[in-house]
Amino acid sequence: MMTNPTGRLTQGQFSFLPDLTDDEIALQIQYGLGKGYAWSVEYTDDPHPRNTYWEMFGMPMFDLRDAAGVMAELRECRKTFPQHYIRLMAFDSTRGVESIAMSFIVNRPENEPGFGLVRQEVNGRSMRYTVRGYAADKPEAERY
Amino acid sequence: MNKPVEPGVITDAKKRYSAGVLKYRQMGYWDADYVPKDTDTLCLFRITPQDGVDPIEAAAAVAGESSTATWTVVWTDRLTACDSYRAKAYRVEPVPNNPGQYFAWVAYDIILFEEGSIANITASLIGNVFSFKPLKAARLEDIRMPVALVKTFKGPPTGLVVERERLDKFGRPLLGATTKPKLGLSGRNYGRVIYEGLKGGLDFMKDDENINSQPFMHWRDRFLYVMDAVNKASAATGEVKGSYLNVTGATMEDIYERAEFAKELGSVVIMLDLIIGWSAIQSMANWARKNDMIVHMHRAGHGTYTRQKSHGVSFRVMAKWLRLAGVDHLHTGTAVGKLEGDPMTVQGYYNVCRDSFTRQDLPRGLFFDQDWCDMKKVMPVASGGIHAGQMHQLISLFGDDVILQFGGGTIGHPAGIQAGAVANRVALECMVKARNEGKDINVEGPDILRKAAQTCTPLKQALDTWGDISFNYTSTDTSDFAVTPAVA
Repeated sequence: MMTNPTGRLTQGQFSFLPDLTDDEIALQIQYGLGKGYAWSVEYTDDPHPRNTYWEMFGMPMFDLRDAAGVMAELRECRKTFPQHYIRLMAFDSTRGVESIAMSFIVNRPENEPGFGLVRQEVNGRSMRYTVRGYAADKPEAERY
Repeated sequence: MNKPVEPGVITDAKKRYSAGVLKYRQMGYWDADYVPKDTDTLCLFRITPQDGVDPIEAAAAVAGESSTATWTVVWTDRLTACDSYRAKAYRVEPVPNNPGQYFAWVAYDIILFEEGSIANITASLIGNVFSFKPLKAARLEDIRMPVALVKTFKGPPTGLVVERERLDKFGRPLLGATTKPKLGLSGRNYGRVIYEGLKGGLDFMKDDENINSQPFMHWRDRFLYVMDAVNKASAATGEVKGSYLNVTGATMEDIYERAEFAKELGSVVIMLDLIIGWSAIQSMANWARKNDMIVHMHRAGHGTYTRQKSHGVSFRVMAKWLRLAGVDHLHTGTAVGKLEGDPMTVQGYYNVCRDSFTRQDLPRGLFFDQDWCDMKKVMPVASGGIHAGQMHQLISLFGDDVILQFGGGTIGHPAGIQAGAVANRVALECMVKARNEGKDINVEGPDILRKAAQTCTPLKQALDTWGDISFNYTSTDTSDFAVTPAVA
């Protein structure tokens, strides 16, 4: 259990709110589709703050204009990886943005052990810091 | 001695360059028929001529004094292609509802400015001219820089899009807080505030503008404790966190030394105060590009230029120059907080920071179109006297690409700093969620907050403490424009 006020990983747009229901998730997807974004489902069992590349559960759904389709992909991903972190990401291809426009977590493992801080004393009072996931010592797919 | 002169431009070269004093409009600084070129820099000045000074002559004088003119005729002009170097006032209009004030449009040829140098641009445009006696006051209201000039600047070292990618934070405003009290905390006590704020849910903490290296806290001590707090909070939340380390110092060497140490300790961001000056800002932008660093610009001192409507430089001009000079964050006002700012005018500043192409928008004080040529975007910062109870207004005014900084609104929370951070983060997330769901947050905002507070005690405490606080003073800087009826 993590000791921050939420007791859990706080990445993404809505981690401080109660978990979004499927209906609420669909509304967010619809908002993104309305803006012309392409949705993607990604999962990982290594949510280190600088682990940029979560696994893609298929490619971004560029031609999908219906929230139900994205929800179907999400359900499939949850079924395959029930104990992984899963996030929805929306890509905006507008010139001058061309990046991620939305990102929020839609599935978590039951138990979130979080991260430790490894300190290495170096030169005088300086310190080198490493953030290390408690679950990350185990091999991939056996972490939660 | 002064010779009598005929009105109008003197085209006969012998007469034009005979020794003596001419009116500026006769020297070629006024041309009502001038058609600005795409490569010209255009400026709009608000001028208040001394009593009895003709507004057109005053406008011509501004053009003259901000380009080539001296007070008398000089024969050495004739050694040069002098007409190129003369700025041209080409339009003068009374300022609506402000008797005695005039808007003067002035065009500057591209040869007037050194490439990639804000120092050079400012030395001309806001140099001697602002002390010119025939004017009671002058203000540079807006500027249009040509594409060719814009492309000589590198702009923000990181830009708001790449900043979000580095921080892994998308689709919502970022949250920050300035460490308080501003002065007196030891390095160790200071780091405590950073840790609590970040662990509680903020993305950034911030040094204040006048925290440098005073007797109570040496800068190295501050950096070491702050980075311990940042890393500990990152581990506790699983998020990338940052704290703007103010590297402002007495000399460039001090500034570089502090920035190097910040980098060595792994900080993602450094902070500069505006008062270090344009050349120092551009130097540090270069340094930041080389070192993958985000540059936070605190606009300390800008009020001395920007606040008075009759004299100085509008902040929209400062924001344009800062985007070119190369900063990633810029304090641009809150509209609803404790510091100066009319909401529409403040939105104009935000647009200047974030637009790909800024369109003329008179109610927001934007007099010119400005093509930014794909230059990176600056993340605006709303800071000063704002609190969680205003979340719907802030998101409605400024959208997602903004850093909302609640200093007192975090640290002054009755249940502590972490609780203050939680209140702000929950308020933010519930409002973004509601807006995306299609709710009209301007209308439903207070209800949305109250509802979220039912399951979040810290938010309830924040709303109970500050819910009714507002700073409703009249702004001194609003835009003056006349609504032009559309041509049928």
